[in-house]
Amino acid sequence: MENNKPLENIEQILKDHKLSENDYVQIKRILGREPNFLEIGIFSAMWSEHCSYKSSRKYLSGFPTEAEWVIQGPGENAGVIDIGDGMAAVFKMESHNHPSFIEPYQGAATGVGGIMRDVFTMGARPVASLDSLRFGDIKQDNDTGKYQRHLVKGVVEGISGYGNSMGVPTIGGETSFDSCYDGNILVNAFNLGIAKADEIFYGRAEGVGNPVIYVGSKTGRDGLGGAVMSSDSFTEESKKLRPTVQVGDPFTEKLLLEACLEAFKTDYIIGIQDMGAAGLTSSSFEMADRSGSGMKMDLSKVPAREENMQPYEFMLSESQERMLICANKGDEDKLIEIFHKWELDAVVIGEVTDTDRMELFWGEEQVADIPIKPISSECPLADRPISKPKYLETIANTSEVGSVSNQEAFEKMMSSVEVVDKAWIYEQYDSMVQTNTVKKGNDLDASVIRVKENGKALAMSSDCNPRYCYVDPKGGSAAAVMESGRNVAMSGAVPKAITDCLNFGNPENPEVMWQFAEATYGIKEACKELSTPVVSGNVSLYNETNGKSVFPTPSIAMVGVNESQDRVLPSVWQEKDNYVYLIGKTESEFGGSLYLKENFDEVAGALPKIDYSKELKLWELVIEANKRELLASAKDLNVGGLAIALGKLSAKSGFGISAKPELGVDIFSETFSRAVLEVKANKESEFLVLAHQLGLVYEKLGKVGDSDKLEIDDVSMEVSKIQDIYFNTFENIIHKED
Amino acid sequence: MSKRVAIVQFPGTNCELDTKYAFEKLGFETEILWHKEEAIPENIDLVVIPGGFSYGDYLRSGAIARFSPIMKGVKEYAESGKNVLGICNGFQVLVEAHLLPGAMKRNDNLHFISKHHHLKVVNSDNKFLSAMSEDDIVNIHIAHAEGNFFADESTLHEMRENNQILLTYCDENGDELNPNGSVDSIAGICNKNRNVFGLMPHPERAVDSILGSTDGIKMLEGFLD
Repeated sequence: MENNKPLENIEQILKDHKLSENDYVQIKRILGREPNFLEIGIFSAMWSEHCSYKSSRKYLSGFPTEAEWVIQGPGENAGVIDIGDGMAAVFKMESHNHPSFIEPYQGAATGVGGIMRDVFTMGARPVASLDSLRFGDIKQDNDTGKYQRHLVKGVVEGISGYGNSMGVPTIGGETSFDSCYDGNILVNAFNLGIAKADEIFYGRAEGVGNPVIYVGSKTGRDGLGGAVMSSDSFTEESKKLRPTVQVGDPFTEKLLLEACLEAFKTDYIIGIQDMGAAGLTSSSFEMADRSGSGMKMDLSKVPAREENMQPYEFMLSESQERMLICANKGDEDKLIEIFHKWELDAVVIGEVTDTDRMELFWGEEQVADIPIKPISSECPLADRPISKPKYLETIANTSEVGSVSNQEAFEKMMSSVEVVDKAWIYEQYDSMVQTNTVKKGNDLDASVIRVKENGKALAMSSDCNPRYCYVDPKGGSAAAVMESGRNVAMSGAVPKAITDCLNFGNPENPEVMWQFAEATYGIKEACKELSTPVVSGNVSLYNETNGKSVFPTPSIAMVGVNESQDRVLPSVWQEKDNYVYLIGKTESEFGGSLYLKENFDEVAGALPKIDYSKELKLWELVIEANKRELLASAKDLNVGGLAIALGKLSAKSGFGISAKPELGVDIFSETFSRAVLEVKANKESEFLVLAHQLGLVYEKLGKVGDSDKLEIDDVSMEVSKIQDIYFNTFENIIHKED
Repeated sequence: MSKRVAIVQFPGTNCELDTKYAFEKLGFETEILWHKEEAIPENIDLVVIPGGFSYGDYLRSGAIARFSPIMKGVKEYAESGKNVLGICNGFQVLVEAHLLPGAMKRNDNLHFISKHHHLKVVNSDNKFLSAMSEDDIVNIHIAHAEGNFFADESTLHEMRENNQILLTYCDENGDELNPNGSVDSIAGICNKNRNVFGLMPHPERAVDSILGSTDGIKMLEGFLD
């Protein structure tokens, strides 16, 4: 490349690409000359927060990522764990927050499509999805409330439209609401696939002369600059960014999935990666970077959806349903034939070289030449200032717990949108396709699929309580790991590994950066103590609108293995007269609780204490008791404490109970590491021996159905009334406009 | 010798493996037929068009699939009096292909509906439901956005006269409960000759007790005799 003169209007170009003066200096140093416009676009995308993790990378090192059962940790398209008998689970969670706020249907749909590609690019068939959704306050009667209801409808339809068409069941997740998301919702999509453990594919481009093949949809101008858009805060102007939101086509993705799975059965493929954020740019650079290779591509060969597209557009488009493959030289025609069978484009657009450079051509003309390492894995990192947020001092004190009657508190909390059943959402998701779904999200706690190939079951749960993370980012993040593990354990599965999706505000705000740093410390600590390494993840920053950042929201998805698919433990009461036990001692702990939120509109106080050994013992009790067939169901305690857990159990099962734990207001306490277990009527003594051996605190609450009502100390409600609240509240809110 | 089932796969079909699994569990031999085939192979006892989103269902469910090469074979096969079963998207395809009467509209609530739902057997005097009895109630998963079956009054009259209405939606006690707005709560029908069957619910999803229902076995077993 010639050493051109600086581009005209370079300041404006840098600004439009969100590059700093210092970035520009670095770019010139790396290239040894002035960059051209295409190169600036490429640097801009690769160094965007979204692709480079420049603010977060410092804190992401040091995550526990290894265990005997981990096949692939972070750094690839998805993480992989061994699930026995030669089979592996491949999973990851990713955010699609910014696009979903701008265009909820397409934003959410392409989030689902993107995470599925991350999984099937590894050689796995996607078999289950979860979604972790955070919306603003949908109960408001004002325009914000109305817009939030619109967002819920759009996001849910987008997930439904894409996931159902793909034939991948959406089996659970979580949805919560807080006004901190009024200007910036969170849409985190999780997908899990199954593959043979020795047939995993990686995103690598190696072997000089091997062809680089573009497969899938044609490239259009949609999503142009999406990664850069996602790396900025929101303002009123953001809605004008709609053209940067990608448009999904699940039909093409389904064809791409089947074509890839067919291609994986051959030995034609060296490496493969989906074109996600920053499209052809990130996929080509990352594949070459991982293998220490160079690459040459002729952009005039890329299949185009629109006329007169330029190299810049081909490199930066985020058109969906595309993959980049590095194949064995000589096998390209056979590989292309497979994609043609599925009526997809497949074209050789380049080859692997040994230059360590990305050389881009438009026909004969060279249009860019960039060394790969300095722009990808060795990109400049930001060491952002951190500072402990001032709000932490002001939220130390809370309103007086117990100053409302327990009955009144219960009625308010039971009808909280966070608690009530969300059939309106989950009934739009095909939860049964692939015929593996043993336990769905609405069955409470973890979702579970069977694995037809090895007779086992996989349990998965995505969790995060943003209120906990607001009052204590470190502890709250650790609590999210504990809760996701607890949910998995309640189904009788052993928690194995997590994927995370770290949603935070603006990293240029030192208080947000402090929250982020603390959260990573919490996750590291919990994952180490609980032996559940991190195998994949994603960071989403700049979740801020008009200067207001969202609560720290590190979504954690835990995956666990149950050795027998015939022994998946339900989380809803099964049979009248079985014994109901509360496991774990209840303290008076209300920091970040639903009680304070619903009764006093406060997010404040000190987080409940964390005790990993208690948590592990609880898991062990449930897993072991389930193996010995002593239990009929197990439900963890989380928001709203014992009272709300019993309320949900009552609503779902139709049984009442008369429980007298004599806890006063602490029936709403959110002390960690507790659960309500349903012990089979003829197994009580055997169960008690086990609980005693493990040194767990337990208390008998009564029997399933020993009352027609739900009675907990001084709280009482007819079961039919609880059911009415539990099953009808959400639909009434979402249909406010209708 | 085992009975043989051919399962048709269009681009976008997504229940072909579930269908294969269920029929094999019941003792059938199965093969998956790519939509570019033009004829149904010899020795096939039943053709199943499974669920999914053929061609993405972007136009109208099943509207494109009816033009696929394989549909010529399916038509000839049906006209020869042999059995064809369409499940969910397969039902939609058979309606579009005029192998079954009526039409499909979007669900009344305009949303995709995925849930277990009870069904009542209205008529078992046919091959498909021959292992069942009238008024039997089964619990089967439904998953569709366009399952709102419609037929005009004269067609309905004819269908009633010919015992072509096979399954209706109901609650667990058999009382009427209609999830999608279908006329007369219709969930499943057959043609006049009673050899082409279509239903929106997914019996292939109900063959394992750990998945919540085994009622699909009784429904599909009819084809074994």
